[in-house]
Amino acid sequence: MKLLKFLFVGIFFGIVLVKSEAVSWYRIFEMFKFQSFHMYGIIGSAVILGILAIWVIKKTQLKSIENEPITIPPKDKGMFRLLIGGTIFGLGWALAGACPGPMYILVGTGVFSMLLVIGGAILGTFVYGIVRDKLPH
Amino acid sequence: MVLGAVIGGFIAVTFLSDGSVIDLNAKTVSDLNELGFKNAGATLLPPEIYNWTSVWSLKGLLILIGAGFIVGFGTRYAGGCTSGHAITGLSNLQWPSFIATIGFFIGGLLMIHVLFPLIFAS
Repeated sequence: MKLLKFLFVGIFFGIVLVKSEAVSWYRIFEMFKFQSFHMYGIIGSAVILGILAIWVIKKTQLKSIENEPITIPPKDKGMFRLLIGGTIFGLGWALAGACPGPMYILVGTGVFSMLLVIGGAILGTFVYGIVRDKLPH
Repeated sequence: MVLGAVIGGFIAVTFLSDGSVIDLNAKTVSDLNELGFKNAGATLLPPEIYNWTSVWSLKGLLILIGAGFIVGFGTRYAGGCTSGHAITGLSNLQWPSFIATIGFFIGGLLMIHVLFPLIFAS
């Protein structure tokens, strides 16, 4: 049962991202060309709803469905890592036309060559783990 | 949740799609055409990158594995991805997420406007 709720959230996430076309390489290209409001609308409405939801969670100290307090850890700081890491991520995001979540969703849509991108991504996280102490953060 | 995402993707294309094309801006379609991407929007992803015939070349493999590599590396370096920083981080009003999102856009704009013509234009 505990795992089932994650499964349902995943299925919902997958359907919404396909039907909203947020998993489309073309939509991401269009976004970076500033030729459509489409992706900004998706991300913008997600953020507005997220701000409201997190505000309500904090205000009412809402519990999770397992009756435990919901805590959201603050993000790690570090100007260098955020800007340089973010830029590296952005380069890959625009080229692959997919960020980590959509990669798996796209495998589900039948694009099995995406498994190569996933393999590359896993290798990337692994190499980061090796070199992290040598990198400025 | 990852398994769910795969299943969700499958359900969306198998049971919830009518085969309609992605309604891209006409300018986007013509820009892509100049870069060698035909029929932009007919599928979710460009066959010029993701079809097996495109994949099995040195350039094709380098593009997919390389793109994946920098997504994975960048996600961990920046401490989050689109959903971690741009969506939930901004929703939680996290200053670091705002900076990371700016980074995502610097990278994306650089790739599309500067590197794409070098990688794809024939």
